[in-house]
Order: sequence, then C-alpha cells, then structure tokens
Amino acid sequence: MNIATIFEIVLAAVVLGLGIWTIAVRETYSATVGFVAYGLLVALIWVRLDAVDVALTEAAIGGGLGGVLLLGAAARLRDGERTVAETPGMVTRVSAVALSALTTAALAGAIVFLPDPAPTLAPTVVGHAWATSLANPVTNVLMAFRAMDTMLEKVVLLLSIIGVWSLAPDNAWGGHPGPRHRADPDGILVFLARLLPPIGIVVGIYIFWTGANHPGGAFQGGAILASMWVLAIMAGLTDTPPVARRWLRFVLVAGPGLFLLVGLGGLWFGTAFLAYPPALAKPLILGIEVAMILTIAATLGLLLAGAPERSVK
Amino acid sequence: MSLARDIITIAAVSAGAFFFLAGTVGLLRFPDTLTRLHALTKADNLGLGLVVLGLLPQAGSLRDGLKLVSIWLLVLLAGATVSQLIARTARQGETAK
Repeated sequence: MNIATIFEIVLAAVVLGLGIWTIAVRETYSATVGFVAYGLLVALIWVRLDAVDVALTEAAIGGGLGGVLLLGAAARLRDGERTVAETPGMVTRVSAVALSALTTAALAGAIVFLPDPAPTLAPTVVGHAWATSLANPVTNVLMAFRAMDTMLEKVVLLLSIIGVWSLAPDNAWGGHPGPRHRADPDGILVFLARLLPPIGIVVGIYIFWTGANHPGGAFQGGAILASMWVLAIMAGLTDTPPVARRWLRFVLVAGPGLFLLVGLGGLWFGTAFLAYPPALAKPLILGIEVAMILTIAATLGLLLAGAPERSVK
Repeated sequence: MSLARDIITIAAVSAGAFFFLAGTVGLLRFPDTLTRLHALTKADNLGLGLVVLGLLPQAGSLRDGLKLVSIWLLVLLAGATVSQLIARTARQGETAK
C-alpha cells in the first residue's frame, strides 16, 4: 500500500464522516458548514480521479456558490427554527429509512455488478476530437457530442431564476433583488471588493478560454465572474440591477437563446439539430460559450441576490 | 541537482505541514475567537507559503511556478480579509454584550 492509497482511503473516510455528520447534526447552520467542507473535499476526490473539470465545478458550485445560497437559507430559517418543533411521524420515518436503504442497495448493486472492463465511450470521444478541433474531451462532450444536455441545463438555470423571482411581493416586482448592502467605505471588505475583481475577471475569462484545450470552461469561469459581482454587491460598491431591466433579461436568455438558434441552424443547413458544420465548429462553439458565460455569471449572481425586495422608486 | 531540489521540497513542505498542524491544534485548543483566528492565520500564511516554496523547485516551468505563487498570494489576501471581518464581528458582539 503506497502513500497515495493511504491518502485516498483517509479522504474517502473523512468525506463519508462529513456526509453522515451533515445529516445527523441538529442546527441548520452547522449542517451547512459541514456541507461546504464536504463539497471542497469531494472536489479533491475528483482531482484524484483525474476529472479536473468536474473538480473545478464542484469547488465553485458545491463549495462556493451553493454554500453561500445554503448559508443565506439557514440565516432565514434561524428565526423560524425555534418555533417550529415538529417531529415526523412513525410512518414517515419508517418509509424514509426503507427508501434510503433501497436506494443504497440499488447503488451498491450497480457498482458490484459493473461489467469488467467497465463500458466507456472515452476512446470514441478522444478519437472524434478532430470534428471540433477542440482538445479538451470534456468540452467536446458538453458542447458538441452531447450539446443538447448542456442546452437544456442552461434552460434549467433560466427556470431557476424565474422560480426565485416569483417569490417577490407584488409591490417589489421589477425592483432590485435582495437588500442594499452597505459597508464601511474605508473598511477591509470594500478594499477587497476593489482589489480582487480585476484579478478575478482575468482568472474567470482565462478558465473559460483555456477550457477549449485544458480543464475549464464556461460554467467554471462564469461562477468566478459571478462571485466577483457578488463581492462588489456585498461591499455596497454597486447595487443589484432591477429585474425589469431589458438588458438584464437579454443577458439571462442570451446563452440558451444562442444555443437554440445555432441548433435550429444545424437543422436548417445541416443534417440534424445542433449539428455544426466541421469547418465552423470551433467558432460556433466559442460563440455559444461567450454568450453562456455571461448568462451563467448573471444567473448565478442573481440567484444569490434572491427575490426582488425593493421597488425602483 | 535533482537531489538538492528534492531535499528543499521535503524540508519546506514538512515545515509547512507542521504549521498547518500547529494552526489546527491552536484552532481546537485556544479559548476565544481572536486567539483561534491568530492560530489559523499561521496555517494560511506560513503553512501554505512554505508548502508553495517547497513545490517551486518541482514546478515544470516558470508559468507553473508563477501560478503557485499567485495561489499563495490570493489565499493570503482572502485569509487576511476574512480574519479581519470575523475579528471585527466578534469584537462588536463582545461590546454589545
């Protein structure tokens, strides 16, 4: 047993322990902190599995933005938690245990009875990289070979922001999401919010750009851009835009919209929905990704900001 | 030459791991928020700094080395800011009591 194996076993044990702790712990806040740590460690596991693209996404979403969302939810729930003290009935508990056991058994069965060697499409994907002239197989799968999934994923993002906005009270509809943050103008938070965004924007665009040939991509880059925006909002340097703004709506639909247009173009000029002509594959994919990174950054930022709370007037 | 580089790496990374260990022990053992923060910043600043220093001789190119150093600088910035914010909140909480 070498050092790498010992490290992997310890990592897996800690992740399992954290997972159990997150479920077992009483306070919502502690569970959230446990979940963020869990997300960061799962990202390490993805790195050990050589899935750096997934690791980047897990760190940005599971550990970062997802954590902030859950912390916000935990803060809102804190007042209600003391008054609501209901315990689930016996039937609910027994059926929850039964369903969890069944799911675990099914997953365990799927892993134990996996054919050897495991079925894989990886060689096919690598073999067809010429079709897009992108070297990163993950980007090829996401943007070309299974582009439909990615497009629908962007539609889900759009649906989620509609879901959040629909929580707005009538008088605030169309207004600014979330509270107006104010911070000490000479304080450390404002200093960071002035210093970090130039670096973060460069890193975000770099992660997106390098995604063509190395791990990275629009989602990871967009998450970094969104966090820079959220930092500026939290420091009170800028306000969230009113959700009624035309440009904002345009940015939110730009990614899935352009994707859909290119897909229909493939149907019209080519052979199938989302079929790119090989000569134009790279520019088309990059164009879609540019629209997507803007949409992702805006959507993630607005998801964190929450429902519209203040009317424009 | 390769041996010298490996020795530097082992020495610096071990020293970095020691500071992480010391910082974690401090985080668990120290009595209040401010002293715990003090312990934690040792792990971020010195611990990670030494780990990065130790990894530099192993970096394949100047680019990789610069990336490592900038990771350390960014963690320094984030760590310093967050500990300031936590300390300020903790002090306000104390005066409010």
